[in-house]
Amino acid sequence: MAKIRQEDRTPVLGRILKYLKPYWWLLTLALLCAVATVTCTLTGPVLVGRTVDMIVGPGQVDFTGILGMAGWLAGVYALGALTQWLMTYCTNKITYHTVKDIRVQAFSKLSTVPLRYIDGHSHGDLITRVVSDIDVISDGMLQGFSQLFTGVITILGTLAFMLSINVKIALVVVLITPLSLFVASFIAKRSHNMFREQSAVRGEMGGYVEEMLGNQKIVKAFGREAASQERFDEINSRLYDCGVKAQFYSSLTNPCTRFVNGVVYAGVGIIGAVAAINGAITVGQISSFLAYANQYTKPFNEISGVVTELQSALASARRVFAVLDEPSESPDALEAARPASCEGRVAVEGVSFAYEAKKPLIEDFNLQVEPGQRVAIVGPTGCGKTTLINLLMRFYDVDKGAISVDGKDIRDYARGSLRACYGMVLQDTWLFTGTVRENIAYARPDASEEEVIAAAKAAHAHSFIKRLPQGYDTVISEEGGSISQGQKQLLCIARVMLTSPPMLILDEATSNIDTRTEIRIQKAFDEMMRGKTSFIVAHRLSTIKEADRILVMRDGRIVEQGNHQSLLERGGFYAELYNSQFAGAEE
Amino acid sequence: MLKLVRYLKEFRKQVIIGPLFKLTEAIFELIVPLLMAKIIDDGVARGDLPYVLKTGAVIVLLGLVGLGCALICQYSAARASQGVGTRLRHDLFAHVGTLSHAEIDKLGTSTLINRIISDVNQLQVAVAMLIRLVIRAPFLVIGSTVMAIWLDWKLSLIFLVAGPLVALVLYQVMKRTIPFYRTIQKKLDRIGLITRENLEGARVIKAFSKQEHENQRFYAASDDLAQSSVRVGKVSALLNPLTSIIVNFAIIAILWFGGFRVDSGALTQGQIIALVNYMTQILLALVVVANLVVIFTKASASASRVNEIFETEPSILPGGEESGLSGTAKVAFKGVSFAYSTGENALEGVDLTVQPGQTVGIIGGTGAGKSTLVNLIPRFYDATAGRVLIDGVDVRAYDTAALRKKIGIVPQKSVLFTGTVRENLRWGKPDASDEEIARALNIAQAAEFVAKLPQGYDTPILQGGKNLSGGQRQRLAIARALVGRPDILILDDSSSALDYRTDAALRAALGAQAGESTVFVVSQRASAIRHADVIAVLDDGRLAGVGSHEQLLESCPVYREICLSQLSEEEVSR
Repeated sequence: MAKIRQEDRTPVLGRILKYLKPYWWLLTLALLCAVATVTCTLTGPVLVGRTVDMIVGPGQVDFTGILGMAGWLAGVYALGALTQWLMTYCTNKITYHTVKDIRVQAFSKLSTVPLRYIDGHSHGDLITRVVSDIDVISDGMLQGFSQLFTGVITILGTLAFMLSINVKIALVVVLITPLSLFVASFIAKRSHNMFREQSAVRGEMGGYVEEMLGNQKIVKAFGREAASQERFDEINSRLYDCGVKAQFYSSLTNPCTRFVNGVVYAGVGIIGAVAAINGAITVGQISSFLAYANQYTKPFNEISGVVTELQSALASARRVFAVLDEPSESPDALEAARPASCEGRVAVEGVSFAYEAKKPLIEDFNLQVEPGQRVAIVGPTGCGKTTLINLLMRFYDVDKGAISVDGKDIRDYARGSLRACYGMVLQDTWLFTGTVRENIAYARPDASEEEVIAAAKAAHAHSFIKRLPQGYDTVISEEGGSISQGQKQLLCIARVMLTSPPMLILDEATSNIDTRTEIRIQKAFDEMMRGKTSFIVAHRLSTIKEADRILVMRDGRIVEQGNHQSLLERGGFYAELYNSQFAGAEE
Repeated sequence: MLKLVRYLKEFRKQVIIGPLFKLTEAIFELIVPLLMAKIIDDGVARGDLPYVLKTGAVIVLLGLVGLGCALICQYSAARASQGVGTRLRHDLFAHVGTLSHAEIDKLGTSTLINRIISDVNQLQVAVAMLIRLVIRAPFLVIGSTVMAIWLDWKLSLIFLVAGPLVALVLYQVMKRTIPFYRTIQKKLDRIGLITRENLEGARVIKAFSKQEHENQRFYAASDDLAQSSVRVGKVSALLNPLTSIIVNFAIIAILWFGGFRVDSGALTQGQIIALVNYMTQILLALVVVANLVVIFTKASASASRVNEIFETEPSILPGGEESGLSGTAKVAFKGVSFAYSTGENALEGVDLTVQPGQTVGIIGGTGAGKSTLVNLIPRFYDATAGRVLIDGVDVRAYDTAALRKKIGIVPQKSVLFTGTVRENLRWGKPDASDEEIARALNIAQAAEFVAKLPQGYDTPILQGGKNLSGGQRQRLAIARALVGRPDILILDDSSSALDYRTDAALRAALGAQAGESTVFVVSQRASAIRHADVIAVLDDGRLAGVGSHEQLLESCPVYREICLSQLSEEEVSR
């Protein structure tokens, strides 16, 4: 079992090491510095010892000798300090840049994976991977570099010094010391499980707190404060139990290895003393031996200390690499069409599609749209309206059949060019952190001030923007506190107004805007889209009455189509939907 | 930070025992070299093998006892730190529970979560370190200095110069790096922000083909973080080399001036070695002190973030004793004005009286103050001027919990909680029977789809109701409010995700219950409220008109405009 774990750990480590390649010269420099630092720290005591030998007693002090030694010592210490600083600087630089590389790669991966992946994964989890997990890797690398580098070199150095004094005693030290590694890894393995349990409970608590605090208003409305506190306390007490365990077991490492080291120290002392009694070594040699035995065991102690850190770094790296290993969308073919514009003839032929293999959502769907037509799509919740939009924009690829624009399969277009043919406004308003102006000019950063304002006016956003504290320079923050949902939607509309696209998709684009404003915006759209193709999804039937064609969808199929008048006359599903809005509490 | 010290009081035992045992271990550590010296001086010199073995055994025994002491200390540290953390989390969560909407809006949910989890964690670490190290490191520094003075006070002046110098270095490095840690945290937050934006806006970004632009934005943010981290690293990397160079130069000074002292016969060679060892001891302890300083600085930042929550007072006080709400209620707004903390009045001088059992439609444009108005009834906010009366009594005079129990609310955003369908529906009435639930589901037009769920009432709902559609969530949220048969029912634009047919059926079913409760229907759809007993039209926080559909069509231009924008001329008068 240990072997299996070993096997799946190596590739992760290997992959991290690969990221170090561009920084090989920094790495070499860091290694050289590590060697220099360790050499300096090891020679320091030797020089001090020699100096002490020059101070024997009253009248027996060699001042010129001390002066010379002091010069040497100063040089060694200065060099040691300098190389130590340089080594830390190099490892910092390597770590932070490597981490940046991994992070940028992970992020750009997220922009190339199919939407299916992003829709299907918790965003919180993906964000954690890009932010915290990569941060954990960086901590692990920093610790790893500084402790492992100097540690390994110190071990090798002291080993050499000890062997040069006495081979037998050196062997004893070498044989006993790994015991501390064994103890450390024994504890690490146990505490690792406890840490995992602890972070699981902590995650559970985070989820619960988020749910309860995020919906505090509802909790209060239903008077559930006491009940939610009770549940919180239950999780909290579990967190206490496993927190105490995890913390206690992991903090065992240090005292335990210190104890083993103590045993080593005593062992060297006793064996050395026995050897000295038998005349095998001198007293002076015992004392340097003891000093080196101390030096030798310390890095083991430190290394075992970073084991936990490295463990969690590897675990985090695995989560990050899992994202990197996700297959990307198939790249656009070289010969893919990249038209600057399009006429707007859209054909959907025999299209079937399912998000989950077992639940077909759209089946054998057919639709012909001529340039300049205004197509409205209505139907009950979950009938596949939004899915159709996903397919038109090629956010998802169809399972069967084909969609074509201007007679050409959309899979033969470059994705960017295809999407540029559409202007899209969704129900979910998305703005990024930046000024109002930047948000409106998102698709055309080069747009002039006049164009931005004209777009805002067309979207009926100008008047509220003017009233914002800094007008067009007001920064929209994450929570969007100062701006209402409806106002956000107006900004999204302005954003599309500015691009004046050849085709338009409105998916519940005005659902948060009051109907008076909606009608004015509708007029602006009508003007902009004269002679161009547009698709409109809406709940409010009033907003689609003017459409050239109304598609009535139900369970992934078109059940009726025609214009408002003809559909009403037919007296089918549409008529029923339409009339139902006037039913209600009439009795 | 001091304000949180009271949490340590409960763990007085651990806080005293832990460091004491740690100290014992440290003292043993100091004794071991002395014993080793004895082995060499007495054992080897005299060739006394049994003495060597005996003393060797004592060293191992000391190690064992030391290990025991260390374990006791670590256990105390674990118990006390986790205990403090657990209490803190409990108190924080409880305190947040007493805050009202205004404060929660102001603080923001994400920072509350961070404070309850990460900041408390930071404090836990500090408590553990306090117990484990806070006695030991200074003990070693002071102990070594005292021993040096005892050996030779003149040479110990070197210690008294080196010590403050090291402290100065520590202070300077901290002063230059600690503010940066905060900046780095902010830069990391920005990376999280861009990632979140990109995940949420994946469709829009792809639609505008802005992937390249977003990648560059992210690159700039990560590069910025890397640069700052390296810059801070450059300074903080100075800490170790600088302190060790000061200490090492002090050692050189000891050797040089020690030479004179030995030459004059004031000191022996062995004492010089001891002084050098004490100096090295101090160096090691100081490194630990530096780490402690960093941990406590971080902890004090966390402590102030935690205290900020404790210091936030709920603006809505529990209210009076009045709990005598019974049967359908009469609701009246008298000259009500309200402003969110941002300033401008969201409501101004609203006067509206609703008779028991009436259904009131509230209509108006985006931001007209519709939701704000109904939020005042259950006291989510208190009116800044004027009064809200239920059965003639000011809402502030009611016991808040009792008041809210009588009110059923369906919020704009339909939120469900982790648990089964039944558990969610029992939120307002934990002992509701299946019959009561079935009745509520029927009215909410949810009975049909719930029956189709794999485990019926026992079907689990994932966090945020992710496994249901928007319309299904909304209908369950309506049913949840109906289960308790509230005296006042508030529907805050709560049928937006329903298609017209379902919405109409829902309205019909609610209509059939008419008279059971006083109902407030907030909507943007004229069709949703046109049959209400009373319609209140809001425009920019003011009441633009009150009356029936027909009356308002005649008298209220705002209402007329709204209706005409949604319905055709013929439908309006139909």
